[in-house]
Amino acid sequence: MRWIRRNVVVVAGLLTLAYMILPNLVVMVFSFNKPKGRFNYEWQTFSLDAWKDPCGVADLCGSLTLSFQIAVWATIGATVLGTMIAFALVRYRFRARGAINSLIFLPMAMPEVVMAASLLTLFLNMGAELGFWTVLIAHIMFCLSFVVTAVKARVMSMDPKLEEAARDLYAGPVQTFVRVTLPIAAPGIAAGALLAFALSFDDFIITNFNAGSSVTFPMFVWGSAQRGTPVQINVIGTAMFAIAVLMVIGGQLVGSRRKKAATP
Amino acid sequence: MTETASTDRGGDDVRLTGISKSYGSFHAVKPLDLTVPEGSFFALLGASGCGKTTTLRMIAGLEDPTTGSVFLGDKDVTGLPPHKRPVNTVFQSYALFPHLDIYENVAFGLRRRGIKSVKKQVGDMLDLVQLGDFAKRKPHQLSGGQQQRVAVARALINHPKVLLLDEPLGALDLKLRRQMQLELKRIQTEVGITFVHVTHDQEEAMTMADTVAVMNAGRVEQLGAPAELYENPQTTFVANFLGTSNLIEADVAEKTGDEVVVTSAGVKLRLPADRLTTQVPDGGRLLVGVRPEKISLGHADDEGSIPAGRNRITGRIVDSSFIGVSTQYVIDSPVCAELEVYAQNIERDGRLVPGAEVVLHWNPAHTFGLDAAQDIDAGVKTVDEEGA
Amino acid sequence: MTTTAAPPAPATPPVTDATVRKVPRRKRLVPYWLLLPGILWLVVFFALPMVYQASTSVQTGSLEEGFKVTWHFQTYWDALQEYYPHFVRSLLYAGTATVLCLLLGYPLAYLIAFKAGRWRNLLLVLVIAPFFTSFLIRTLAWKTILADDGAVVGALDTLRVLDVTSWLGWTADDRVLATPMAVVCGLTYNFLPFMILPLYTSLERIDGRLHEAAGDLYAKPATTFRKVTVPLSMPGIVSGTLLTFIPASGDYVNAELLGSTDTKMVGSVIQSQFLRVLDYPTAAALSFILMAVVLVVVTVYIRRSGTEDLV
Repeated sequence: MRWIRRNVVVVAGLLTLAYMILPNLVVMVFSFNKPKGRFNYEWQTFSLDAWKDPCGVADLCGSLTLSFQIAVWATIGATVLGTMIAFALVRYRFRARGAINSLIFLPMAMPEVVMAASLLTLFLNMGAELGFWTVLIAHIMFCLSFVVTAVKARVMSMDPKLEEAARDLYAGPVQTFVRVTLPIAAPGIAAGALLAFALSFDDFIITNFNAGSSVTFPMFVWGSAQRGTPVQINVIGTAMFAIAVLMVIGGQLVGSRRKKAATP
Repeated sequence: MTETASTDRGGDDVRLTGISKSYGSFHAVKPLDLTVPEGSFFALLGASGCGKTTTLRMIAGLEDPTTGSVFLGDKDVTGLPPHKRPVNTVFQSYALFPHLDIYENVAFGLRRRGIKSVKKQVGDMLDLVQLGDFAKRKPHQLSGGQQQRVAVARALINHPKVLLLDEPLGALDLKLRRQMQLELKRIQTEVGITFVHVTHDQEEAMTMADTVAVMNAGRVEQLGAPAELYENPQTTFVANFLGTSNLIEADVAEKTGDEVVVTSAGVKLRLPADRLTTQVPDGGRLLVGVRPEKISLGHADDEGSIPAGRNRITGRIVDSSFIGVSTQYVIDSPVCAELEVYAQNIERDGRLVPGAEVVLHWNPAHTFGLDAAQDIDAGVKTVDEEGA
Repeated sequence: MTTTAAPPAPATPPVTDATVRKVPRRKRLVPYWLLLPGILWLVVFFALPMVYQASTSVQTGSLEEGFKVTWHFQTYWDALQEYYPHFVRSLLYAGTATVLCLLLGYPLAYLIAFKAGRWRNLLLVLVIAPFFTSFLIRTLAWKTILADDGAVVGALDTLRVLDVTSWLGWTADDRVLATPMAVVCGLTYNFLPFMILPLYTSLERIDGRLHEAAGDLYAKPATTFRKVTVPLSMPGIVSGTLLTFIPASGDYVNAELLGSTDTKMVGSVIQSQFLRVLDYPTAAALSFILMAVVLVVVTVYIRRSGTEDLV
């Protein structure tokens, strides 16, 4: 009885975690399925077919490449623009700060479908051709605010005395920025960039409105949910999951080894 | 060490019996018996990591002892969680609730015990710590000293049997710390509650406490009144940690009824037999100690004017630093390379400058003898520890 | 970005003609140059579209003849009348999912912040890990988990839970898929990390000694939680609920994939009006109403919870 009372939080927390992980496990298991019919929702027999031929479905790998390209460019664009804004917000005084803060906050406080629909009206009114460029524009737009938030948090926690110390030690403005400011802000910028990449790569709603006839990976999955889900989707999902988890674990190992090396 | 500050007379003494705490193979507190008499101001003194805070937390119930029991009066409270113990703590850096104002912080304990009308008590308590005008402020709007007083008020309002203070003055600057030491002492005298105070500052412990327990590496090295600890250290750790001691390695030459004569590098020194903490046979080794301020310093030319019967050592001044009320000398002598002498600045002898040959002499009654089988430098403060 | 990134040093020397120097114009403009491209981007591709959408919502016409602004506010009224149930559903589902996220997420965030010890990093990775697989694939997996002849539905049926939920109208005919319960389950699942991470951040900042202090001052563990932990984690609760409620209210993926025509949310309607029916004015009006409703709900919520300085 006492054990239960003491560990009720642990049990509840782990149950939540199970709820969050369960679908990933299902995706993984069903990547080895050999479904009857077009939909991969029921377990039939074990098979490695999909793993042997991940691009075996028309347009699947094309959509993956497109998603990847858009995510890379959107990350670069949003990170550069967002970092500049973040530095301006933290380090300078200027007019209309309140308005600018709201303009950055609002995209995060807006249901995606609203932004998607309004952006589409703009493109329609301007007669823009929907496709790669309109999707990229949209992705940079909604990733921007998240990058600003991530970088701002880091720069704000940074001691301005460090920069004064650098200047005191004969570093010019450029050197101060490159040798001191940027390295210290780097974790924030990296976090913002990672977030932007994840948001862009996985975005569906805004992309669906503004992609025209281009098909990104989430749109491919959406379409297949109507027409029939190939096992290869699960293969891609599982592979991405495995790669990402391995990268995180690798990063942790390197980090802890460095820490060990630093403390004799 | 199993010592008690007083014989058991029940009441509301805090009694620890055989209490210990281990984390895996690390023994933070080794089995320990300790009695804190009711109404006393008791200090646990030691360097960081000596187990003093762990001991305090076991009394508070924030840490479960690995072995042993905690008694409040006759009641065994070992198994009681903190919220059921009539004990309150003033936490290191205070742990004031940032989302509550000062009034609600102080009222917190009363409200938890279901007391409805807290207004008068909180008001009185805030007056006691002289913060009556700050009731509606949030903790972060107060200075360090004020926060400290809120923390004391928040604990005291519950009339605990024991008030535990975990380095309560550690976050304050030196001047404020001196002020708060007197303030805490005043409050303790006023309310008459038992205070158990953890600190690494020997001066703080000696100023405030009736009884000090010096802890080292998980055990109590020595326990007693501040003057007793200072004058009669039982171990090299206590001798060095409380103030400064000159420790000289010596051989026992002869023992008479109430006096022991030792020799070190051909110099004869005498000390009272009752100030010897160990039994040493003739020819055995001993550490002879004397506090720097007990030693008088004279120029070698004046040796003839030193009264007979005093311990004397010749040497040469290596260094001297003038610090206002006194001058501190470092002297190189055959018995010890770095003897420290503090001389009051009453009539300064102009000849006592570095390089001068001098004679050190002191009353043999001020000499104490320690077991030679210990680290002679135990408890010496290094630059690193001072910074910590 | 070759300029000093430090604030100008305060001018302390005595003010004489020789020492008064204006900050060079070039330097004064630095923040504006830094802001310009990003802010311009947001103005053109976020703010301006809102204006276009507002104008579209009061247009009339047809796809063939083109649309014209005729200040036809009737569209709003018509849209509200026709799609009123979808709005109610959206807010209801999103609200329920938000509450569920809070109830499920808080123990996990608490566990990671205070009880995980050396497992903390691993647990954090596990919370974020699902993100690495496209959320659409993971949402589809719920079709398998909640399948009619699956273990979950079987268990719920045996335990007679489905009888209760059917009576409440959450499920129907001994199935979970294609019912409100499935949609809320999907929404909860998809937005849980957005609840847990801010909760964790604000819990992790709480000084552990505050819990000890509360216990020392006679608070039972439950009281400590209520009087100390919850108030101090309020910033996390507020941002977590916002990060869950806002996207959930506009979501149509879960409703479309896990629900039926009876569970459609307002996002579905906007999407189909825009992309299939091509009735732009109605779609724009709906989208505008949704935006207004969300902004009102969020503003009221932030005011009520007294954490305005959060934004």
